[in-house]
Amino acid sequence: MKYVDEFRDGELAKNIASNIVREAEPQNIYRLMEFCGGHTHAISRYGLADLLPANVRMIHGPGCPVCVLPIGRVDQAIRLAREHGVILCTYADTLRVPASDNLSLMRAKANGADVRMIYSTQDALKTARENPDREVVFLAIGFETTTPPTAVAVKQAAAEGIKNFSILCDHVLTPAAMHAILAVEGGVQLDGFVGPAHVSTVIGSKPYEPFADDYGKPVVIAGFEPLDVMQAILMLVRQVNDGRAEVENEFIRAVTREGNLKAQALVAEIFEVRDVFEWRGLGSVPNSALKLRPEYAAFDAELKFKVDYVTVPDNKACECAAILRGQKRPQECKIFGTVCTPENPVGSCMVSSEGACAAHYSYGRFRETA
Amino acid sequence: MCLAIPARIEELTTPGNAIVNLGGVRKEISLALVDDALVGDYVIVHVGYALQKLDQEEAELTLKMFAEMGVLDELRAELNEAEV
Amino acid sequence: MSKVKPNYARSLDLKNGRVDMSHGSGGRAMAQLISELFAAEFDNEYLAQGNDGAVLPSANGRLVVAIDSHVVSPLFFAGGDIGCLSVHGTINDVAVMGAKPLYLAASFILEEGFPLADLKRIVESMAKASREAGVPIVTGDTKVVERGKGDGVFITTTGVGFAREDIILSGDLAQPGDKILLSGTIGDHGMAILSQREGLTFSAPIVSDTAALHGLIATMLNSGAKLHVLRDPTRGGLATTLNEIAKQSGVGMMLHESAIAVNQPVEAACEFLGLDPLYVANEGKLIAICAQEDAENLLAVMRAHPLAREASIIGEVMEDTHGFVQMTTRLGGRRVVDWLAGEQLPRIC
Repeated sequence: MKYVDEFRDGELAKNIASNIVREAEPQNIYRLMEFCGGHTHAISRYGLADLLPANVRMIHGPGCPVCVLPIGRVDQAIRLAREHGVILCTYADTLRVPASDNLSLMRAKANGADVRMIYSTQDALKTARENPDREVVFLAIGFETTTPPTAVAVKQAAAEGIKNFSILCDHVLTPAAMHAILAVEGGVQLDGFVGPAHVSTVIGSKPYEPFADDYGKPVVIAGFEPLDVMQAILMLVRQVNDGRAEVENEFIRAVTREGNLKAQALVAEIFEVRDVFEWRGLGSVPNSALKLRPEYAAFDAELKFKVDYVTVPDNKACECAAILRGQKRPQECKIFGTVCTPENPVGSCMVSSEGACAAHYSYGRFRETA
Repeated sequence: MCLAIPARIEELTTPGNAIVNLGGVRKEISLALVDDALVGDYVIVHVGYALQKLDQEEAELTLKMFAEMGVLDELRAELNEAEV
Repeated sequence: MSKVKPNYARSLDLKNGRVDMSHGSGGRAMAQLISELFAAEFDNEYLAQGNDGAVLPSANGRLVVAIDSHVVSPLFFAGGDIGCLSVHGTINDVAVMGAKPLYLAASFILEEGFPLADLKRIVESMAKASREAGVPIVTGDTKVVERGKGDGVFITTTGVGFAREDIILSGDLAQPGDKILLSGTIGDHGMAILSQREGLTFSAPIVSDTAALHGLIATMLNSGAKLHVLRDPTRGGLATTLNEIAKQSGVGMMLHESAIAVNQPVEAACEFLGLDPLYVANEGKLIAICAQEDAENLLAVMRAHPLAREASIIGEVMEDTHGFVQMTTRLGGRRVVDWLAGEQLPRIC
């Protein structure tokens, strides 16, 4: 597969790894956060931690939109399916997230709710067209990578005059989350960020400049493949060594400073920023999420149906919050691997394969027990 | 929600859509989010949409840099041996 | 004068007819379905006995029995269909226990309205698979359920065979030091099905690998290699099957990613759909765990067989009280290859 296989080459990985080993100064500890869940997954799946020296540590960030979705938001989707009889369309990632009353979207489906997995918002529109007598609601989650596809669907629905389609908007914003991480009380000790790959193709490298300029944290935007991640780590180590704090771009083949202006314009046309939005792990974060503009209110499921958002606290034993902030590691959670497993997840970090807990459980838990 | 793949545009279909090819697998996706995408271009595909064109020159540059790192390593190793 | 021939009986409309409730009622309609379709295709002396149960010749050895249900959707896919799948699957389950599969029994649950033309296609495919494997379908059953209560057709097959007394194969017999062999590429069957469902097309199509493996297994059993475990990695894929064995045997395993072969279109389809080939079903592959010193010999024997040309040694069994199946990645790192958690849902993220 062109532009995929070459970036997974084992020999080249060794090259980059040996450079990291050589350049990481032994007396320093480099605490680097990979913000994006896709990077967490790549690191775990390829065992990249084994290629890094012990003083270069990767901290998993909250860039997994399933993981940061509060229970109350999943409850809304479940209520729509069960009590309002809608066809609830969702990406697969959300199906197993545990919600209130021992339910998940998958369990609700088993109990008779019409929950359907889709790959693309186009599938949701198709479902609406094919079922004119039913209401179709799309659970719209995701960071800036996934928002433009939702925008396209809403715009199309408006243009076609589709009356039975709406979205439950849970789209969130990356820079706001990064700010929230750095503003966490007690602080999270971080020396740099590996910036998200595909979010950056949309928003460009510009939005990360405040982190370098104001917070003094280096950011290196990395592509999605293991070689990209390794290279970005090397570039971060160099920045730290040089005392620099810049935004660098490793993913030059897909990311520019401006990003995808067409996609950005479309998103701005359809959505506006919510004043505040509750995140799992980060609490209420201002200007961190989107909702539909008033002109598109007809497509807003929260307005169309009576499904108010109700805050639901996490399970007391669940450490997802601290893990999402990078303050604890999965293995430090008391119920990790015992009560909470991918089969029976208690918190969302264990549900999504991007989540720190699931990634560690599925790929990395041999490390403690060795 | 980052998973995206680079795929080659094989055919432009109904306005705004294209068939892309990755490793011999073809799927129809939407081009609504990119302008001027042509057959032969590579695009990053996410949840059924092309998000951005992949700059092939930059891709080659990146790979070249990875490879050069290895050459430099070898040179360093040779130098070290020579010095010893 | 009537022009109707004496003893004229209208035959089944296999072109345009559909299954209806009378075909399951036990009456004439059902008898006609059985004689004109099932018995005609499966055609063997035991079925021809026409009794509730087939009386079979005695045989020596330890009796092995296996059963499998097939609910695959779509019913017809590249490389096969639910019919041949149901024959191959059960033959394989008997064969991996070290037994020579001798007979099959098949039960059909048909949905009212199911086209007889499709049923004919399926039955023909089963008959062909059964003939080619040399394992006849000696008895069967048919039921019909109301429209909406079935998915076209569900097929359950039971297989019986006899194993030599000296052949002991079991999932709890893997020992530290043993080598793990895989007979070929993974993920073909599952991706053939899934790609069809998701509207992926191919320049080189993904074809299900469904196949009867008893011939291959016979050559392996005769190779002189000390075989400890044989299993076919069906639902849940290679990863799940190895985890099952590791747990049963109380051992760990270390696999090597670069030794596990995946066809390019399968790999690409998995990328597209966000799936991991390690967890995708196979229907014509097997895992063999043997004593270390016999691995090379066994590999050569496998590669000599048309169904295992791409066989490889993919790893080894280790001491490990945690029972982890681990893997060295193609990048030189290490990771756990865990059990499949729930259904393998495609990642978007």
